[in-house]
Amino acid sequence: MDFFARFAVPNPGPTIYASMVAIALTMVAIFVGLTYYKKWGYLWREWLTTVDHKRIGIMYLISALLMLFRGGVDAIMMRAQTAVPENTLLGAQEYNEIFTTHGVVMIIFMAMAFIMALMNFAVPLQIGARDVAFPRLNALSFWLYFFGAMLFNISFVIGGSPDSGWSSYFPLAGTEYSESVGTNYYMLALQISGLGTLITGINFITTILKMRAPGMTLMKMPMFTWSALITNLIIVFAFPVLTVALLMGTMDRLFATNFFTTSNGGMDMLWANLFWVWGHPEVYILILPAFGIYSEIISTFSRRNLYGYKSMVISMVAISVLSFLVWVHHFFTMGQGALVNSIFSITTMAIAVPTGIKIFNWLFTLRKGKIVFTTPMLYSLGFIPIFTIGGVTGVMLGMASADYQYHNTMFLVAHFHLVIIPGVVFAMIAGLFYWWPKMFGFMLNERLGKWSFWFIAISVCVTFFPMFISGLDGQARRMYTYSESTGFGIWNLISFIGAIGLAIGFALIVYNIYYSIRYSTREIPADPWDARSLEWATHSPVPEYNFAIVPEVDSTEAFWDYKKKGYKLFKGKYEPIHMPNNSGVPFLMGLVFFVWGFAFVFGMWIFAVIASIGIAACLAHRSFEKDHGRYISVEEIEKTEKDLGGAKE
Amino acid sequence: MKELFPPKQVLGFVFSIVLTVIALSVYFLDMSFELAMTILLITAFIQAAVQLVVFMHAGESKDKKSIYTTLYYGFFIALVTVFGTLLTLIWGYY
Repeated sequence: MDFFARFAVPNPGPTIYASMVAIALTMVAIFVGLTYYKKWGYLWREWLTTVDHKRIGIMYLISALLMLFRGGVDAIMMRAQTAVPENTLLGAQEYNEIFTTHGVVMIIFMAMAFIMALMNFAVPLQIGARDVAFPRLNALSFWLYFFGAMLFNISFVIGGSPDSGWSSYFPLAGTEYSESVGTNYYMLALQISGLGTLITGINFITTILKMRAPGMTLMKMPMFTWSALITNLIIVFAFPVLTVALLMGTMDRLFATNFFTTSNGGMDMLWANLFWVWGHPEVYILILPAFGIYSEIISTFSRRNLYGYKSMVISMVAISVLSFLVWVHHFFTMGQGALVNSIFSITTMAIAVPTGIKIFNWLFTLRKGKIVFTTPMLYSLGFIPIFTIGGVTGVMLGMASADYQYHNTMFLVAHFHLVIIPGVVFAMIAGLFYWWPKMFGFMLNERLGKWSFWFIAISVCVTFFPMFISGLDGQARRMYTYSESTGFGIWNLISFIGAIGLAIGFALIVYNIYYSIRYSTREIPADPWDARSLEWATHSPVPEYNFAIVPEVDSTEAFWDYKKKGYKLFKGKYEPIHMPNNSGVPFLMGLVFFVWGFAFVFGMWIFAVIASIGIAACLAHRSFEKDHGRYISVEEIEKTEKDLGGAKE
Repeated sequence: MKELFPPKQVLGFVFSIVLTVIALSVYFLDMSFELAMTILLITAFIQAAVQLVVFMHAGESKDKKSIYTTLYYGFFIALVTVFGTLLTLIWGYY
């Protein structure tokens, strides 16, 4: 029994027991369901082993929605706990664990997965490619992310959740103050899924630089593809810093090294420094794809070409450089001198310039446009004012001397939620509604979609505006309770009401998906939005090979020209198409990585060695495997094209 | 003969051995710490550049421009990170 004692949760409470039961029931339900409907083979053949970028995108999407649910439940629990003074719904320790997992799950496992989902799905289609450059590697990226996320999520029922904040500052996160295995989970889960992200970065840069349709020069790429290129460039340069910092942190915790300790020559502040050297570019990794999605949607539903294409590209490149120059603004109060703070204050404010250029470009795109108020467009329009409020308060926080007042208060919490929610979450929902017909061949219900927009947009303001006030009054973030005499009660109660509104909004989206699966018509054209880029030039749902004939491109909006100006998109005839084979190795490798991470979390070295050998075996297998892919014959293409509504031209 | 001994690669090979010898000399010769580190840093960066250009063929394909752009970008980010960290945690820290 001694062996199993280590897996016990250090601070069990009713919430933990409830989730244990819930997890067990879900597992049983999935297992029984798959067996009863005889879907194991289907699951393995069509999904677990797939290397198709569209299916990988959909798997990212499902995972992201699950993680959104998990992070959302955390958020509701936090708001419920602080809704009234001296509440005893949650204990201090539970609250610490919940705000930590809320942050990590929402950033790393929800937002990142969501942008990966949309990039995976849309980018190869937008550039007229048949898949990404390294399809097998793409599957590996997904499974590393997925098993990293699972490793993180089992922490709260096995061994205890991390509790030192999503930024996990040392020395709090060191063994001295965080004795449970929680922070080990943090280090290893992020390491594993971070590897997946890094691989995606390389994969997508190569895809975009090498696999564009003939005629599509860099300056003729759709804006979402441009944003994906820049994003992946930032990923490749920022994530290695996280990898190294996590490795050093893991070494400190497991092998008693002294990188971030307060004694023996260690430097605890180095963690904060390295974390934000990655962390700030990470913010732009999240926001740039969102900007790309808004560019696509605003231009589509204003029925105009995007205003200032070139300045959009230049401002994104500028953002990508500046994003590496501002990280110190996350810890202005750590003790560095006025000179350092001034330098980073100035670079921080400089970022507002390219961002402002983009906002004005969207406004000019709208100007004189024939605006159509669809759900994706509503989210894009709602983004502009709410994001601006988040951005302006960001400039306030960026002034180093004023930051001493705002730092670590609810003001900061309000600021970054008002940036991330309209910036990232709105964009992801907008992208979800926008590309849904391309993914699944039917549209999401517009009426329910608009209801969800109004619920979410209003509730975001109701939830986070009061925090500006309570923050300025001195409410620190991450406090699990407060006394009545502070006067924070009313503001937190309003926040809680807003949080319920947000929950209703997200529930409406889930209901919308259910409703549309049941009742939405399947008789939709391939281009239901009258859109402008290449992904709409193929069928819905998209055949495995994307395009029967590789399109040839002559402008930034080749598909629009094809529709309106009689430009010929598909020249030539059907030829056999070379496609990659499916493989189970990426899935197995993810699974082995999961075991590897779990063994490291608990310092079970025998298992760690076995799992390491397993990883090496997977790599060796790939090196010696001869897999030349397969060809789809012309007859098969003709048949597919006919089934999907006839070949174009 | 030229195919067997491409002059660029042969000279590059000789040069990188020379660089290695210079770097190694730090261990055998008696010199100050500052001088030794300077020699190591300079030879290391030249060595990396030689490897990239001569043996990894950085400038020989159509992608020359994007390869060098990303290289300079990476170089810039690395310098900013290292010197920014030094500035924040040591030079500008009271």
